[in-house]
Amino acid sequence: MDWGSILNNTLAGFLTPTTIAFALAALGLAMHFGFAGLLNFGIAGFMAIGGYGYAISVLTFGLPWWAGMLVGVLGSVVFALILGIPTLRLRGDYLAIATIAAAEIARLLFLTTAFTDVTGSADGLFGFNSRPDGSGFQNSNPIPQGTYGFGPFTYNEQTLWVLVFGLIVLTVAVWFLWALMRSPWGRVIKGIREDEEAVRSLGKNVFAYKLQALVIGGVFGALGGIIYTAAQNISPGVYVTSLTFFIWTSLLLGGAATIFGPVIGAVIFWVIQAFLSNLLPALSTSGILPVSTTQASTLRFVLVGIGLMLLVIYRPQGIFGDKRELTFVK
Amino acid sequence: MKFLLDDTRRRALRIILVALLAVFGGLSVSAPALGDSVGEEYSATVFGNVKIDGEPIAGVRIVVDGGGYTAETVTDSDGRWSIGVPEVRNYNVTLDESTLPEGISVLEGGATQEVEFGLTDRVAKNFFIGEGERNETSIFDQIVSRFIYGINFGLMLGLAAVGVSLVFGTTGLSNFSHGEMVTFGAVAALIFGVGLQLPLFIAIPIAVALSAGLGWSLDAGLWRPLRKKGLGIVQLMIVSIGLSLTMRYIIQFVIGGGTEQLPGFDSPKINLFGAVALSSTDLMSMGLSIVVIIAFAYWLLRTKTGKATRAISDNPDLAAASGIDVDKVIRIVWIMAASLAGLAGVLWAYFRPGIKWDMGTQILLLIFAAVTLGGLGTAFGALIGALIVGVLVEMSGLIIPADLKYVGALVVLIVVLLVRPQGLLGRKQRVG
Repeated sequence: MDWGSILNNTLAGFLTPTTIAFALAALGLAMHFGFAGLLNFGIAGFMAIGGYGYAISVLTFGLPWWAGMLVGVLGSVVFALILGIPTLRLRGDYLAIATIAAAEIARLLFLTTAFTDVTGSADGLFGFNSRPDGSGFQNSNPIPQGTYGFGPFTYNEQTLWVLVFGLIVLTVAVWFLWALMRSPWGRVIKGIREDEEAVRSLGKNVFAYKLQALVIGGVFGALGGIIYTAAQNISPGVYVTSLTFFIWTSLLLGGAATIFGPVIGAVIFWVIQAFLSNLLPALSTSGILPVSTTQASTLRFVLVGIGLMLLVIYRPQGIFGDKRELTFVK
Repeated sequence: MKFLLDDTRRRALRIILVALLAVFGGLSVSAPALGDSVGEEYSATVFGNVKIDGEPIAGVRIVVDGGGYTAETVTDSDGRWSIGVPEVRNYNVTLDESTLPEGISVLEGGATQEVEFGLTDRVAKNFFIGEGERNETSIFDQIVSRFIYGINFGLMLGLAAVGVSLVFGTTGLSNFSHGEMVTFGAVAALIFGVGLQLPLFIAIPIAVALSAGLGWSLDAGLWRPLRKKGLGIVQLMIVSIGLSLTMRYIIQFVIGGGTEQLPGFDSPKINLFGAVALSSTDLMSMGLSIVVIIAFAYWLLRTKTGKATRAISDNPDLAAASGIDVDKVIRIVWIMAASLAGLAGVLWAYFRPGIKWDMGTQILLLIFAAVTLGGLGTAFGALIGALIVGVLVEMSGLIIPADLKYVGALVVLIVVLLVRPQGLLGRKQRVG
């Protein structure tokens, strides 16, 4: 077994566009679930709308990349409003089912052959990051061509540009969430999570606060989808319900009601994923694990499931969470 | 960076070919090709069967093209053909009429017709051929035949949905791992019916019995200890999501990523009346569902355990106070839910057709839609909801593209939650 390459690939999981995308989406879920207590199982839908909003605006409407990304964000705001206005009055588990259904509707609409001209249906879309007319995201890349970094953290100028951009967005998002949560607005939101009736009796418009939380978290989710899309093609097969569950796993790993928890959770999730996806097939080829390599790579998703169960049962507050600020109220 | 298995996007019910004279010429992905096959390296397949009056016609040239891909083949001595295609998209299938016997031609839709993949990666394309006489399918016949398919689908869905509803009613858990209990039944039937070559009337009861065992062990090993630990319903729900992921990928680990078939999935269609053609498995599936549902209704309404179940759904504390052993009843509910789900899995395997590791996940949201529509926690509501969802999904295919069939049901789910969250049969209570 080549431990060197396994270690190398594992370390590379620390910083990839996917890790940043997961961190942003998990941050959105922290806003929804960790702070506001909203059970959103449709984060994949927000990501899909962000990513597709960006890709379609660039390809179909010829907008420059930054305007396309704005459209993606606006799309998620609209989605949050459409989803939230009717459903936020529902009890937690009803909201979970409504959001998961809404995310599936979004995915099926991107998948259907009825809108192939715009969405590319099952094939997805490509060629929106670099545009022949110079309006693409990679056309604005200020980094000269070349290879940067060292060891496992070696990137070409394109990936590096996505990483730099993604890290800036992530930093702003983390700062914004931190600032929000120490503001009076954040205290009301946490109050709603703890006892909705108590906050209502103080004269606060609980519904409006929840809707604002849904929109803000949804924007984070959309930004995650945009960063993910800025690094590669977009395809509807990514935005399945499993994606939502993996992001939930990242969130709960770090701690739902924390600022840095979701980010660290996403990093841990992807480092473990990178480790297992290199280790398990290697164990299988070297005959230590008596299964085929395909089976070996399936095993890591089994481990994700088991990990999620153990986490929720034994450490629901996550690694960095405070047990007193437990988000599983009822 | 491909971090999700993209198979889930190929979900769907099979396309219903109304003007279907010929029988389904089916091929199992893993079995050796029956017909003259090309493009076997691809996972998606267009296949068909050229027959006239039940007699296969060999040597007919078939061309599939679309998306820059073209392939052709000729039918074998059984009249079958099969062409692998690289993507799940629409293709044009052309039957070369010059290779048909003298005086015979394609009667309907022309020699070139478009095929559309549903949610599976296999699609059948059969041409309506004959000598002169035309047989148009009226819109009325289409509606009737879709309605019957919808009832069939709805009955299957109902078997799965009552389990979700019973579990929710007694424990408050929205069980996201129910889809995997459906898949489990189908996989068990596959292992005993195909792997061990047992006849189906033995393999299916074994599959249901194993599903019951799964229900028992899940409650004994997981849900009961968690209830004792006092986990909240949201925590339990996320545990069920973790369980769903675990079971789904264990199933993929065992049976792989391909599609397997149960024996008799390609049984011939029988023309009942008009353009309504059902296969014997369709008819048996409907019959079996109805019998099981009636037995279930008797259990719920007339037996002591059934009454206790309804009492717990109504008010667990009162039920416990009046001497009902709540834990024992919940154990029975889990066994019941799992066995019904297992049976639904076998029927779903015939309806799709095919057994795949994520087949249960594909209908999980439809099950939730059915349960919510009928009223969470009400068993009969779930049945009615399932029939409505089943018919709606099939009928909506008349108006909207086949790959958007599920969207209708999901929209209904959301609308029901908005206007009548207690569902059709549920009691009005605060859910906000």
